[in-house]
Amino acid sequence: MLKALVIDAGKCTGCKQCEMACSLENEGEFNVAKSRIRVFDFHTEARFVPYTCTQCAEAWCQQACPVNAITTDSMGVKVVHENLCVGCKVCTIACPFGTVNYNASTGKVIKCDLCGGKPACADACPTGAITFQDAEQGGFDKMKIWAAQSGNAATHEGPNTPKASQAAGTGH
Amino acid sequence: MNYVILGAGPAGVTAAETLRSVDSQASITLVGGEPEPPYSRMALPYLIYGKIDEGGTYLRQDPTHYDQQRIRYVTGRCGGVDSRAKELYLSGGEVIAYDKMLIATGANPIMPPIPGAHLEGVETCWTLEDARHILKLAEKGSPVVLVGAGFIGSIILEALYLRGCDITVVELAPRMVARMMDETAGGMLGRWCEAKGVRVLTNTRVTNIESGPESGPRLSVGLSNGQRAPADLVVMAVGVRSNTGFLVGSGVKTNTGITVDDYLHTTAPDIYAAGDCCEGVDLSTGKPDMLAIQPVAVEHGRIAALNMAGHRHRHRGSLNMNVLDTIGLISSSFGLWQGAQAGQTAKVVDEGGYKYMKLEFEGDKLVGAQCVGMTDHVGMLRGLIQTGFRMGGWKEKLLAAPERLREAYISVAQGSPTAGPMSPHVNTPRAGFHGGASGH
Repeated sequence: MLKALVIDAGKCTGCKQCEMACSLENEGEFNVAKSRIRVFDFHTEARFVPYTCTQCAEAWCQQACPVNAITTDSMGVKVVHENLCVGCKVCTIACPFGTVNYNASTGKVIKCDLCGGKPACADACPTGAITFQDAEQGGFDKMKIWAAQSGNAATHEGPNTPKASQAAGTGH
Repeated sequence: MNYVILGAGPAGVTAAETLRSVDSQASITLVGGEPEPPYSRMALPYLIYGKIDEGGTYLRQDPTHYDQQRIRYVTGRCGGVDSRAKELYLSGGEVIAYDKMLIATGANPIMPPIPGAHLEGVETCWTLEDARHILKLAEKGSPVVLVGAGFIGSIILEALYLRGCDITVVELAPRMVARMMDETAGGMLGRWCEAKGVRVLTNTRVTNIESGPESGPRLSVGLSNGQRAPADLVVMAVGVRSNTGFLVGSGVKTNTGITVDDYLHTTAPDIYAAGDCCEGVDLSTGKPDMLAIQPVAVEHGRIAALNMAGHRHRHRGSLNMNVLDTIGLISSSFGLWQGAQAGQTAKVVDEGGYKYMKLEFEGDKLVGAQCVGMTDHVGMLRGLIQTGFRMGGWKEKLLAAPERLREAYISVAQGSPTAGPMSPHVNTPRAGFHGGASGH
């Protein structure tokens, strides 16, 4: 069963446990600056929005990579191969969602890869704002929920909105 | 159907793979102009400072990839095209017939007409063979003169620096990366390089290159400031030009690059063009321009291939953008970074901290941006510019505090009721990569 991260920003308290867990899982250190998921803090509205890669079906980052260092695994996840990444950063400007970032300490880029199928952010979230769920519903429905909840949106159309046939999370 | 793709850079390889994905029966021939498997010129600087080996520059790592895709890969330089006979001629004498052809021959570095530019030790940094020469000549401590501090020159600069070379940069323009960023950003990069021990000579040109004295470095480079700079190696990086010379008399019209329509079709029947060799539409201006960057080459390659295969796919324009690492100082620019006419500008500058962000608005849309020393979520700039989201009330907030960009993005791209592809004239970057393209 394919699964995807589902984010319910209304439940986020801004505790940043997800960032800490992500950084520890993937970088071996508690450094939220290296987290692949980020909680955006809307100071004036007391609102928090967890934000990470939605694993586009035909990903901009992947297409922009000059050395084929980003590939799609069997779960539909876009994975950066550290041994191939030259650190050119073209994917960081190509991703229109801004979810590929450069890690200066390794000279490579980092992005969410769902921790290989057990995302640490979802495990760490104490309020259920981030859950890892079966992608049974179509990618489009899932994204509608995500977009609507993350932005209190009247419309869920945005650059993260896939075509009906395209995937979000690990879905297809 | 017999498809021939001339040029095996990112545009050509992407086109070949796209054709195979939509036509399992077609004959696909990919013609590379160099002896190696298809590789990325962009990766050469990383080869020069030893981050990767030659294999790490290859566009596809699996050596059986092209066979598996049933893409016939041949190498040879193109000597000419006959668009009536539907044949192309390789300089070795081979004739290749096509039903539909894609020209993806890229660009070549410009060699300025400087006396002595032919001397041994004067190199461009464009091919794997060039990189091998540079590896031999650029030792730790070697004096190196780098001619050109544009985008490509600045990437080479970092590679030479990390090899430990003693670098002098000679740039005709008043600042570094003059075609990518403004005075503030270019000045920051220059000061950063000088603080790292690189000599940066702007408003300066090379007047001649001579053999050096017997006891000293191989070359002596004359400068317009009257000085001479010794060099074991001179790297020329003054710009590139579309590689189209072989098209004379072919019926394929060229300007600075090959002229194409919105479907990347040239003026000759059944011949398409993609990547650095052609003038596709710039999304920001709506006008044809040569945007010699990797993502545009891939976009072109894919869209051209779909059109070749009969899937009408209009190219609505590509966004110009660049990202550059100058000895650890990372900068980027997007779209109309120079600003729009009667537009508004927001900026935040920290000269001492080498941080800079500048946003350019036209009406309430973001149309351009520049960043220095800021990398996190920088792709959001592309998302906002390419999509043409109306920023609404966020424009005023960003004019006051551009550093709130991420909040603005989340609000506008994920939440605003006025945003999204429902709005007219919006070019949405969907969660697929048909960059700048619209469907049928």
